[in-house]
Amino acid sequence: MTRDPQSSTTASASHPPTQPLVSLKNVNKHFGELHVLKDINLEVARGEVVVVIGPSGSGKSTLCRAINRLETIDNGEIRIDGKELPAEGKALAKLRADVGMVFQSFNLFAHKSILENVTLGPVKVKGMKPTAAKELAMSLLKRVGVDNQAQKLPAQLSGGQQQRVAIARALAMQPKVMLFDEPTSALDPEMINEVLDAMVSLAKEGMTMIVVTHEMGFARKAADRVIFMADGQIVEQATPEEFFTNPKSDRAKDFLGKILAH
Amino acid sequence: MDSFLSLFEQYDVAAAFWVNIQLTFWAAIWSLLLGTLLALFRISPIASLQWFGATYVNIFRNTPLTIIIAFGVLALFGQLSVSLSSDFNLNFFRLAILGLSLYHAAFVCEAIRSGVNTVPLGQAEAARAIGLSFLPAARLVILPQAFRGAIAPLGNVLIALTKNSTVAAAGSVAESAGLMKTMIEFRSDMVIPIFFTFAFGFVLIVIPIGLLTTWASKKLAVSR
Repeated sequence: MTRDPQSSTTASASHPPTQPLVSLKNVNKHFGELHVLKDINLEVARGEVVVVIGPSGSGKSTLCRAINRLETIDNGEIRIDGKELPAEGKALAKLRADVGMVFQSFNLFAHKSILENVTLGPVKVKGMKPTAAKELAMSLLKRVGVDNQAQKLPAQLSGGQQQRVAIARALAMQPKVMLFDEPTSALDPEMINEVLDAMVSLAKEGMTMIVVTHEMGFARKAADRVIFMADGQIVEQATPEEFFTNPKSDRAKDFLGKILAH
Repeated sequence: MDSFLSLFEQYDVAAAFWVNIQLTFWAAIWSLLLGTLLALFRISPIASLQWFGATYVNIFRNTPLTIIIAFGVLALFGQLSVSLSSDFNLNFFRLAILGLSLYHAAFVCEAIRSGVNTVPLGQAEAARAIGLSFLPAARLVILPQAFRGAIAPLGNVLIALTKNSTVAAAGSVAESAGLMKTMIEFRSDMVIPIFFTFAFGFVLIVIPIGLLTTWASKKLAVSR
């Protein structure tokens, strides 16, 4: 096996350390008449943890889902690691394998065991050997603290446990970036922390993360940057400390006033 | 009573029912395969395949089965000389299976699509998010759950198919409905008992199918 020197130089040339891992340029999207994403520009650096907050209907979930093309966009450009998102087909599937996604409603494969949920991607998408995939899956399940549930079906687990399995499932693909679409919004209050803890430790390990959430505690603890969205626009961005203590825009002041009032 | 029992010495009723069971068995397998393929077409992201699946279903679901079976014998075989076996009777038997399969595939397709509707959208999104493209996502995530949600409607299709296998009589297959017609012709003294015999025969075959599919649809239901 000889390595093709040309391809490795092109690869390194297209990956200068300063290049953002995720970049959105002038992204627009409509749902019918509704302009849900208005000219969004955003760059996320490798290893950066970005929290997206905003009132419901502000387009934050759509933004998150557009990054792995679960939502199409009308125009603009989204790049992951320098490569523009392919429209469809094998190339899109390949790119999605590099982008982990955690959903509000967990979406574990209901007919498969916890272990199978985590091994499915590595085996079927990456062609990993089942024994190796199982080993990887067990170590990831252990990391999020649900390895003792490996043989159960998703419906037998609590919401918090299911969401931690969903994180393990996404990590099993060894993604470049993880997207979290309101990961704790469907959880009972006593289960929110177990999921946030898993996310905080992931952030500490240097994972690039884009997190749509209302959990201010998580933002303060783990985020490098907070992005505030309203009416389909990025209204404000700052460090968590600055954003929560000294929001600049009226829209953000109003929003924070409502959620921090009690 | 003696004259009723003499019917069974004179005619091989069990053998005639056995033909219906065989027709049902083979048509069930072929229509399940074809119907699954059509359902895949209909849920695929490719517009031309969706169109083909929808058109097929609309044509075959809305055509009387008798016409399809008669077409097989009179047009496919009679005019176009399409033969599925050199054996005369086996040829008609296979043509009947072809007609039954083509017809019921349309219903199987719709039953599976109703099963697909029991699978939450999030399952497909999660499958796509880990990098599965359409076919693997359908094969590994969507269809296994869809089948389990479609057992009851598929059971209904199987029950209809079992009874519709009598239409094969129109395609020159010697099965139970054909035999019944013969028996009525030659034993007009026993018309009503003959009717009840065949009705009871089908009830006996169909009831276990219904019980089995009801049991299986509960047993295999995907818990969410």
